[in-house]
Order: sequence, then structure tokens, then C-alpha cells
Amino acid sequence: MSQHVLSLLVEDKPGLLTRVAGLFARRGYNIHSLAVGTTEIEGVSRITLVVDVEGSPLEQVTKQLNKLINVLKIVELEPDQSVQREHMLVKVRIDTTTRTQILEAVDLFRARVVDVAPDALVIEVTGDSQKADAILRVLEPFGIKEIAQSGLLAMGRGSKSISERIFKNS
Amino acid sequence: MVDKTAPKDAPILTGSGALLRSLEILGIKDVFGLPGGAIMPFYDELMTQDKIRHILVRHEQGAGHAAEGYALVAGTVGVCIATSGPGATNLVTAIADAHMDSIPMIAITGQVFSHLMGTDAFQEVDIVGMTMPITKHSFLVTKAEDVPYVMAAAYQIATEGRPGPVLIDVTKDAQQGSAPFVWPGRVDLPGFKPVQKAHGKQVAAAAQMIAEAERPIFYLGGGTIRAKAQKELLKLVETVGAPVITTLTARGVFPDSHKQNLGMPGMHGTVPAVLGLQESDLLIVLGARFDDRVTGKVSEFAPDAKVIHIDIDPAEIGKIREADVPIVGDVREVIIDLIPEWEAVKKSRKSIDAWWKRLDKLVADFPLGFDDLDDGLLAPQGIIKTIGEISGPEAIYAAGVGQHQMWAAQFIEYERPGAWLNSGGAGTMGFAIPAAMGAKVAAPDRTVWTIDGDGCFQMTNQELATCVINDIPIKVAIINNSSLGMVRQWQTLFYDGRHSFTDLQPLDGPEFIPDFVKLAEAYGCLGIRVRTEEEILPAIELALKTNDRPVVIDFIVSREAMVWPMVPQGVGNSNVQYAREHAPSWDEE
Repeated sequence: MSQHVLSLLVEDKPGLLTRVAGLFARRGYNIHSLAVGTTEIEGVSRITLVVDVEGSPLEQVTKQLNKLINVLKIVELEPDQSVQREHMLVKVRIDTTTRTQILEAVDLFRARVVDVAPDALVIEVTGDSQKADAILRVLEPFGIKEIAQSGLLAMGRGSKSISERIFKNS
Repeated sequence: MVDKTAPKDAPILTGSGALLRSLEILGIKDVFGLPGGAIMPFYDELMTQDKIRHILVRHEQGAGHAAEGYALVAGTVGVCIATSGPGATNLVTAIADAHMDSIPMIAITGQVFSHLMGTDAFQEVDIVGMTMPITKHSFLVTKAEDVPYVMAAAYQIATEGRPGPVLIDVTKDAQQGSAPFVWPGRVDLPGFKPVQKAHGKQVAAAAQMIAEAERPIFYLGGGTIRAKAQKELLKLVETVGAPVITTLTARGVFPDSHKQNLGMPGMHGTVPAVLGLQESDLLIVLGARFDDRVTGKVSEFAPDAKVIHIDIDPAEIGKIREADVPIVGDVREVIIDLIPEWEAVKKSRKSIDAWWKRLDKLVADFPLGFDDLDDGLLAPQGIIKTIGEISGPEAIYAAGVGQHQMWAAQFIEYERPGAWLNSGGAGTMGFAIPAAMGAKVAAPDRTVWTIDGDGCFQMTNQELATCVINDIPIKVAIINNSSLGMVRQWQTLFYDGRHSFTDLQPLDGPEFIPDFVKLAEAYGCLGIRVRTEEEILPAIELALKTNDRPVVIDFIVSREAMVWPMVPQGVGNSNVQYAREHAPSWDEE
């Protein structure tokens, strides 16, 4: 597999995302998915990147990212040592004949129905990308009207935190 | 980010005043710029003081290159200033140039009022966005109180680690607003902590690897100049005894007169330098980045060599060529640590006598040279060589980009860092005149030559007005072959002699458009034209004697002259051609 998950701790400064995205475009690296959010430290955001490194070694990608002044720390999260989740909302067509089947599938995947209309349901799915793919395959025959999918979120297992040591010197 | 608890006695300054005060505290003596609407509050402050000399350029690109030339000679940061919109975009080429050659630069641009940003206001461009790929970092300042922090941070970022340009875009309201001025001193930048000191184990491994090598060679890049490592470098190279090559941006960091120096490598390098790298079994790479103009086809570059790569930028290590011993650190610091490690293993080192025998033969067989031309016009190489011989190693030589640049790199002997200024990575035509201007401001007592082409000269010669008015008496040698010579050379060699749009003069009609001697005189410079061998020496001597104004010598040279040796693009360096149709028998061993 040529995909790697990187967690970046970054200073929450204007243009930060442009710098990161621009670097990928400029150097010809591929971003497979990207998720940004705040962290437990004020002024520090976390970017989770799934990087496709077919053409360029991961080491170069991380070294170049590290040169960005606002990037504080980069950690690669291995699948077996981290929790990795994607979040997805799916709007699927229903009628009286398909309703039960769809609700069974929702149960089976431990997904949730978050909105109900006479002719449609919005289903919330959380899990890894294989799970998302699997439920989509099951729902597909019923008629998927809309999909919204987040980037991957990931966190290392155990008690260690990636933000522990970044402000050591200040 | 800003200390909100400013002491009560902190002076209240406008943002402009804070910019100026910060520059003073940072020890900036000279700045280059050109005012416009969005930077007027700062210029108004600038007028009220005399600690910082402002040199008014004729085009913002000139301010940028002048700041580069200044930085390269002064060994400190260069500062250029422009207004918003086109003022800022005119800096872009110089910023890109500084980025490619790792030159410490602070570019300050005015920006429209912050409430107008994003509305397509008059002279508004997103200069921070535009320059993101070509700056080491950039700041947008919208509040006066942020100025001291940003200036302190910008200076640290521009000068520390691998140097580079930092852009500071200051809105007009930030310049006009006021706040207590509190200088932060050193600021903490948690995402910017360049490694200075290398790992001891790696340094020992490097020493060991050098001892085991039979054909080691030092590959010195521009980083050795940025690290101010020349003294330690000389010591290391002499104790190791291996040959040295200096890349285009490193010319002068190791004396050309030194017998271990094989000269410049790469596309137009000397045969001994090119083949020295190619046949080596160990490259000791210091502050260099395996540029494609040095390596030729990477897969065929130095195929038998192990690599010790020492650089302050971790991202350069392994980028092009895998390193057997990677060392991240300040080149000078690493050398200081490496010397004792080397002394400890030196006794067990392998002999490099056979290596030197091979190289000595290459040096003897393939000296740099040039031929007279069939058209009876002057050979440019001889002129450049003469300028170097008469002006000597204490002078500064700035070149544009193209054939004249390569000849100036080849035929002038450089004995010290800072004597040779050129646009290496970016290849910016028009670099020379403003860079020479900046150099002369940084070192007013040195002779500063511009070796320029007639194509380059026409891109930035308006700065001669700046030089005349501000008493910056640079000397300009136009190597005038009436064409874009390097492109023409490639057309001759690789495009069947089809010279598509490289003639700068009409083939019929008046002789010179423009007449550079008249142009020089119009600027208030001394203009001299040289067409014959006999005129060369007197013209150079007159130029060296004339120090009350800039001098422009228009050397009319043959357009048939070509830069040799040459490795054609895209092939391995073993294909180096000493002259047209003349490849050295490099595999005769």
C-alpha cells in the first residue's frame, strides 16, 4: 500500500492550509484525504493527511512539510498502532418495500439514521474506509442520492500524546 | 503573539515608525526601494531619520537584486521595499532568485487598507499568496502592534538555518495605526529550530569513510559560503589532501589558485572537475544540492561513488542522490567536528596517489581555453580573463545569465567568498547591474565589475541612473555579441543552427539599437566602445581609474564564440565535450 497517514500539528495561522496544499501541488505529491481541526492546545491545529507516495518517498514529503515554519510536528500513524476513522453521511432513497432492508443494513454496519423523510434517509457511518466502501456497496442498489465524506482522522493508541513535547523550549 | 503587557514607558510608535525602529535594532544600514500609495506612511517616516540609507531604485526588481548583492557581500540580510500591487509583483523575480540561491532577504511590501483587502481594490494583489512557493516564509501584518514581533521573527527566519527570503506585507492601516513599541529580542519559533550541531556518530563515520576512499573528492556548494566556512574548509581540505570542485554558487570559497582545486563542475565545468566527480569513489558533499546542471543525467552521475552529504537543510539530503552518510548541521560546525575525527583515523587512510596521478593528467591535458574566431571579431573569453587579471582577487564580479556568466565563472580566478555574484538556481537575466549596485553599497572600497551580456543589460540597465545619482561607481563590461548568446549556442548545437529570435540587432539597418555608449553617456556614466584587441587593456585601465561615476564598456565580440567544455543536457557527465566534436578519452585507465 502506498498510502500513509500523517498527523501534523500546526500553528493556526492564516494561509496555513494554502501553504500545505501548495507544497503538495508544487512538489507533485498527492493528497488522498485531508482533515483539519482544533486541538487541546490553543492556537494549534491538527491536520490529518493521507498521502499517496507512489512517486515520491514519504521521507521527502515530511522533510518538505517540516520546512514550513508553522508546522510544529509531523507523526506518521501506522494502521496497527493507531485508531483511524472516517465519517460519512449518505442520503439513500427509500420506499415501503426497501425500508426494512435498509434499516437492517444500517444495524449490521452499526451505522445510524440521522434524518428521516418519507422517501429518503440520511445515514451516518463512522469507521475505516473499508467499512464506508462496504456500506456504500450495500446501499447502492437502493439508490444513493448524495454522499458527504470527511477526511480520515487518526490518533495513536495508548497514553502518549503527540502534542506533549512540542512546546518544551518555550 | 504580542506582549499585551507593554511596560508603561514603552514609546508609542506608528506601525511605520515601528518598522523603521525594528530595522535599526536589527542593524540594517542600507535598504533599496521605491515608494507608492500603500507604503507612503513608511516612506514618510523614512524621511525623518538618517540612520538607514535608502537608495531609490528605478524598478522594484532592481531593489530586489540589489538587496541580494548587498547580502552576498555584506554577509548579512538584504532589505528591499516596494508598494502594493505592481510594486510588489515587480519584486517577485528577485524573491524567487533569492529563494533558489538561499540568500537572506527581507522584502517589505505595502498592502491596501485591511478593510479593502479582498475587494479588488486599487493596486491590490495577494502578494503573500503569490510568493508562498518562493519565500522561506511570509507575514501579513494588519495591526501596528504586531510589527516588532514580525520583524524580529522575519530576521531570524531569513538569516538562520538555510537562509532565504522572507516577505512582510504591511497594510496601510497597520502602518498608520500606533502601539507601544516593545522589542521582543529573540522570538520563540516552535516550528523553526534548525539543527546546528551534527550527530557525533555520523561525523566519525564520515571520517572513517574518507580514510577508506581511494578516489575521494570534495564537492563544495554555495552553502559553504553561507556558512562562512572558508577558513575551516581550507584546513579540512588540506589535511585530507583530496581534490576539490566548487560549484557555480561556491566559486571563491576555496581559492582557485590552490593546487587541489579542479575548478567548476557541471554542464560547463572543467574536464578535470566533471570527470573528477564522475570517476570518484567518494563524494564529500558540503552545502550542495546535486543541481541538475551539476549532475547531468542523475542515474549516470558518479556511478561508483559513495556519498557523505553535509547540509543544514535535511530536505536536501536524499532528495536527488541517496547519502551513505547523511549529516544535518551547519557546514562550518560540522567541519570543526570532522577535523579531529579525521586526524584520529588519518594514519590508516588508503593512498590517493593514483587518483591524483589520473587527475593531474586531466588537468594537464584539458586546461580551460578558447580559440580565436573566424569573423575577426573579439573573443569574449579573453576580455573577461583580462578584466579578472587586471582587477585582481579583491574585486567583486557580478554576472548576468548566459554565455558571459559561464565565461566569467571559468576565466576569472576567485580567491575569496563574496568575490563572485551570480544568479545560479533561478538563472535570472538582468541580475548583474542591480546586484553589483548592492555589492558596491555593501563594500564601497572594492572595485565592483558587472560582467553582463547585451541581452541581460537591457533588462535592468536603468539602475545605472540609481548608481550615478547615489554615487555608486560600478564598472560594467557588456560582452556584446548582439544576441541571446547561450540560447543561440544551443540553437547552433541542437536545433540545426536555426537561430530563432536570438538576434538582438537587425541584420540590415543601423549598427546598434540602442547604442550602449550613448546610453551610458545619457545616464551620466563614462561610456567606452572596444572593437579591437589593442583597445581592450586601455579601456579596462581607464575604467579602473574612473571612480567618480559608473563606467560602461561596450565590448563588441563575436557571436560565434561558444562556451566549452559542455555536457549536453539530459546525458551523463561522462559525455563531456572539451570542445565541439572533441570528447576526452575518459576511460583510458
